[in-house]
Amino acid sequence: MFDVHEMEVNFGPQHPSTHGVLRVLLRIDGERIIDAKPIIGYLHRGTEKLFEHMAYPQCIPHTDRMDYVASATNNLGFVETVEKLMGITANIPRRAQLMRVMLSELQRISSHLLWLATHAIDLGAMTPFFYTFREREQVLDFFEAYCGARLTLNCMRIGGMPDDLPHGWLEDVEAFVDKFEACVDEYESLLTNNRIWKKRTIGIGVLSPEDAIDWGITGPPLRGSGVEWDLRRAQPYECYPELQFEIPVGKNGDTYDRYLVRMEEMRQSTRILKQCFPLVRATPEGDIKAKISKVIRPPEGEVYHSIESPKGELGYYIVSDGKTQNAYRCHVRPPSFVNLQALPAMARGHLVSDLVALIGTIDIVLGEVDR
Amino acid sequence: MSYWSYPSQGGRRVNKALMTYLIWPVVKFSIAFIIVQVIVAAMNWVERRLLGLFQARLGPNRVGYKGLLQIIADPIKFLLKEDIVPSSSEKVAYFLGPVLPLIPAFIVFCLIPYGPPPTFTVTRVNVGLLLILALTSTAVYGIILGGWASNNKYSLMGGLRSAAQMVSYEVPFGLSIVGVLMITGSLDLVTIVRYQEVNAWNFIPQIVACFIFLVSMNAENNRTPFDLPEAESELVAGYHTEYSAMKFAFFMLGEYSMMIVNSCLIVTLFFGGWTLGMFGVGLTTDVLRGMGMLGGLLGAAIFFVKVMMFLLMYVWFRATFPRFRFDQLMDLGWKFMIPLALANIFVTGIFILAGQERLMYWIGIGTIALTAFYLFKPKRPAAKQKVAHAS
Repeated sequence: MFDVHEMEVNFGPQHPSTHGVLRVLLRIDGERIIDAKPIIGYLHRGTEKLFEHMAYPQCIPHTDRMDYVASATNNLGFVETVEKLMGITANIPRRAQLMRVMLSELQRISSHLLWLATHAIDLGAMTPFFYTFREREQVLDFFEAYCGARLTLNCMRIGGMPDDLPHGWLEDVEAFVDKFEACVDEYESLLTNNRIWKKRTIGIGVLSPEDAIDWGITGPPLRGSGVEWDLRRAQPYECYPELQFEIPVGKNGDTYDRYLVRMEEMRQSTRILKQCFPLVRATPEGDIKAKISKVIRPPEGEVYHSIESPKGELGYYIVSDGKTQNAYRCHVRPPSFVNLQALPAMARGHLVSDLVALIGTIDIVLGEVDR
Repeated sequence: MSYWSYPSQGGRRVNKALMTYLIWPVVKFSIAFIIVQVIVAAMNWVERRLLGLFQARLGPNRVGYKGLLQIIADPIKFLLKEDIVPSSSEKVAYFLGPVLPLIPAFIVFCLIPYGPPPTFTVTRVNVGLLLILALTSTAVYGIILGGWASNNKYSLMGGLRSAAQMVSYEVPFGLSIVGVLMITGSLDLVTIVRYQEVNAWNFIPQIVACFIFLVSMNAENNRTPFDLPEAESELVAGYHTEYSAMKFAFFMLGEYSMMIVNSCLIVTLFFGGWTLGMFGVGLTTDVLRGMGMLGGLLGAAIFFVKVMMFLLMYVWFRATFPRFRFDQLMDLGWKFMIPLALANIFVTGIFILAGQERLMYWIGIGTIALTAFYLFKPKRPAAKQKVAHAS
């Protein structure tokens, strides 16, 4: 079964750089990876099954716990899907839509900052970790100011938003956004032109556009391979159609390109945020909820709706029987889970050190993979 | 009438020999050893505080003034922790692992001239440099033994990486010194320093060798960007994954001691040791001797300040660089550093044969000036459009 010089190593579930409880069963020859087999399920909580036994609004806090570093986008995906099922997507007030976009983009920034921190520290550069956490802390403070929570936000409701923005929130975010691009430049000054960083990332885990599409990969890994596919543009939701932003795409589909794509996405997020401020100020205060019945009981039917989460296409598939307040069936299409499936193909032939880079570059959150 | 107050002629001779060859060396070694160990402990605190400064955070600041008592708190913690020995480990080798790197690291402190001889050198060995190289190269055995005896796959990989790395980088490490030996014509560290004070410090004519030495001493010590053997994000903690309490502390002690040894070596070989002068001008050995004991202490202070500079450089590197990959590390060692070191020896040899040693100074100064110009020239505007923008 094994050659004499082959060795089997359990990479995880308790390992500093598997970003949670991922276990990768490695077959290695010296340090070269012959085969890598991700074994998941250590964080399985049966979220989808739980959704069948809870009223729709009760599900929202549970969506926080899936991708726990990007809970605002998880909320957004779920509430939009239910709204689509109820057919009230068009009724959402403009202010609520803009608030959702702002929270999503802030969440994208914070998620990408966490990704950069862990990715860099996995490759041995420890300083970017602290720099990114300095800014991430501020973003989390904005979340706290808005909804009281920093990580599991529970910040959206079916039909709108729970609360209006607190006084001074927009000004604070504006001040942060103004200086944030300089911060991105600062992270880049440590890494982008660093020769060791380039050596560790260029040509590692190359995904051709065809392979990436075949694997169903979405988000920055897909765009890193040069495919221009962003659901904010491809299947617009909320008020993204009227916002100007660019979709960064890579050329070679390696770890370095994925890194560049994410760095550029942070800049684009600040660009979107900057456009949102005047639009939000133009809307009437307090107009944040559509008029819907207290009891949410969507008509019979099924719907699949997906949004661009920081990690890729986050989709919800909900079946309603039209009689109860619960979903008959709810299925989640988490981007991390699908993106993770390409790991063996990407890792084969690389060294153990590269596996760490690959896990980092896919940007998985195990809460979302296992659900 | 005691022996000490009125020593006989024979007694005096025995006494003098005893003093010269045993008592004084032991006293001097003890003092140097204690100072160095204090630096080792302080280094831990300095490193953490400095990393804090680099990384926009505070570092330890709770125990004592500015966290200085952390130096004492850490060893106490290590002593009180439970000492876990894995049941499947190879006991003898497991215990030898942390101890072996310490012994050469401690012995080497006898051989380093801290200040003007004879007072501030413990022993003066005419092949001191060879002896130091021989001793420091044994430090790898402890790491291999520890990694293998832990009976853990990650430790084994860490041990193997460390073996390959330290053996590979021993070669450019040794080769880079050859240039210095050719110029100074001695293996005696005191002679090397005294050569530098009447000529230029060796880093000027031997700038390439100095660079190679700096890089390979980083690799020898398994420090960032060459910290692959313990690479915490890949191999958990590498060869010391299974070590806890004081055994783990011994590994740390060995590593930091070796850092100081290597810093002492680079100062002695390339940066003028305890002197602060070139071409016979400035604080040379003779000037320092003329100032008596004070001059000696001043020389030792200069030496330790220089050593601290290089220790801080280790910390700076650690805060800045990502980690190399294993094969890239080997490529750098065998395909770049060793040919470069050999070329350096060749070129140095040509200059010495031609009797044009002074010409090397100008080449060295030119190289340093060019490097400085490259490093400090106005920054190009950052290339932002690295990713294509579709849409």
